[in-house]
Amino acid sequence: MSDLDVGICNVTLSFGDQLRLDIPSLDLDPKRSTMILGPNGAGKSLLLRVMHGLSQPDTGTVNFPDQYEDRARQAMVFQRPVLLRRTALANISFALRVRGHSSQDARRRAMTWMMRAELDHLANVPARRLSGGEQQRLCMARALALEPKILFLDEPCASLDPNATVAVEALVQDAIDLGVKVIMVTHDPAQAQRLGSEIVLMHQGRIAAKQSKLDFFNSPQNYLVSSFLAGKPLLSNIKEPS
Amino acid sequence: MQNFAESFWFSLTLIVTGDSELWSIVILSLQVSLTAVLLAALIGVPTGALLAFGKFRGCQAITIFVNSLMGLPPVVVGLCVYLILSSSGPLGVLGLLYTPTAMIIAQTILIAPIIAALSRETIQAVHEEYRDQFTSLCLSNWQRLQALLWEARFPLLTALLAGFGRAIAEVGAVMIVGGNINHLTRVMTTSIALETSKGNLSLALALGTILVLIAILVNAAVAVIGMRRHEAMHV
Repeated sequence: MSDLDVGICNVTLSFGDQLRLDIPSLDLDPKRSTMILGPNGAGKSLLLRVMHGLSQPDTGTVNFPDQYEDRARQAMVFQRPVLLRRTALANISFALRVRGHSSQDARRRAMTWMMRAELDHLANVPARRLSGGEQQRLCMARALALEPKILFLDEPCASLDPNATVAVEALVQDAIDLGVKVIMVTHDPAQAQRLGSEIVLMHQGRIAAKQSKLDFFNSPQNYLVSSFLAGKPLLSNIKEPS
Repeated sequence: MQNFAESFWFSLTLIVTGDSELWSIVILSLQVSLTAVLLAALIGVPTGALLAFGKFRGCQAITIFVNSLMGLPPVVVGLCVYLILSSSGPLGVLGLLYTPTAMIIAQTILIAPIIAALSRETIQAVHEEYRDQFTSLCLSNWQRLQALLWEARFPLLTALLAGFGRAIAEVGAVMIVGGNINHLTRVMTTSIALETSKGNLSLALALGTILVLIAILVNAAVAVIGMRRHEAMHV
């Protein structure tokens, strides 16, 4: 692992006697967007939580390059939008004020991001009255307004229709273009292909494969990858046919 | 003996004509109970918030204790406050017994656990919802508390109204520590008890009517808050 990588070292996490995460080593390039793929229960979201510091691993460490280390340089968007009982604009300006911006500056920046997310016409609407897609775009705008170095995305399009998905993906692409390191969990290979540079496949709490996008889709590293891409269920006792 | 209809009619006249004795009793009741709600809120809401964060030893035990205090019998509270404030009690020198202050103290003790328990439940539910997001946004504990209190503002207001409902309708504690002294510590509930025993049903009924009206107003206020919150989708 180089000092410039986001590195995971000997991370394990168990719930009761169930080992939910077991990652001896994983290095992620901070310059490329990472898509974490895998079936339900593979430990994708848990890995994201551990990296962002929301869950403590039983063992192991997560290392970030210097300027990425502080959680204040990171942001996260959850699968279900978490919004305050305030207006859409106030949701963003609240996050900015927490980070030390004056209320005038926070409001101005919030409005800029509302515009970028094409939500400016809804600035004064209570956030919880927005549609599911608008709410998730608002969460994206709030995360991006914080100008993070790393953006963790936990299946942000999981419950969205295709139009809303396209709108959220556009914001993710914006973040990638701005040079933000995006680490995104998804179970949709097509989405990973659209947004990712490197792809990690997880299975039963372990890293089943890590490849560049091109290799992942064209020359799968192993049988698990090809099975996943073929849409076959990844059973617990799956083995490569001899 | 007056019949019910006559008494009721007379009681309405007393209310409408603004009978000074009647209204002085009503105003004192409101003063005592509103002050008690304010004090109980100052004690109960921070206590509830502290218990909702619940990261210290014995938090669970204190929560159970506070929850069980919700059912405190008013007469027992009255008795305890009486013993403390009576001339031979530890705070007897203050000379507070049989004053509105004593009644405020008794009602505050009675409703602070209700407000604390309801606040804890409310704040805990809201905290569960925002815990990860707030951690992700790097909120300090103080910022977290402020944000939670604001996010839980509607249910917290409902908790205060619940406390007020209990305070204004309570009779046992204020009777013991206030003494039901005319023009000094006579409130609606103690007057109703006294006037009924004297057979002065019209004044008792007039006060009863106002008490019920206040109860309806409090409930209506809770309903309106609920509706406004729903309208704004601040649910």
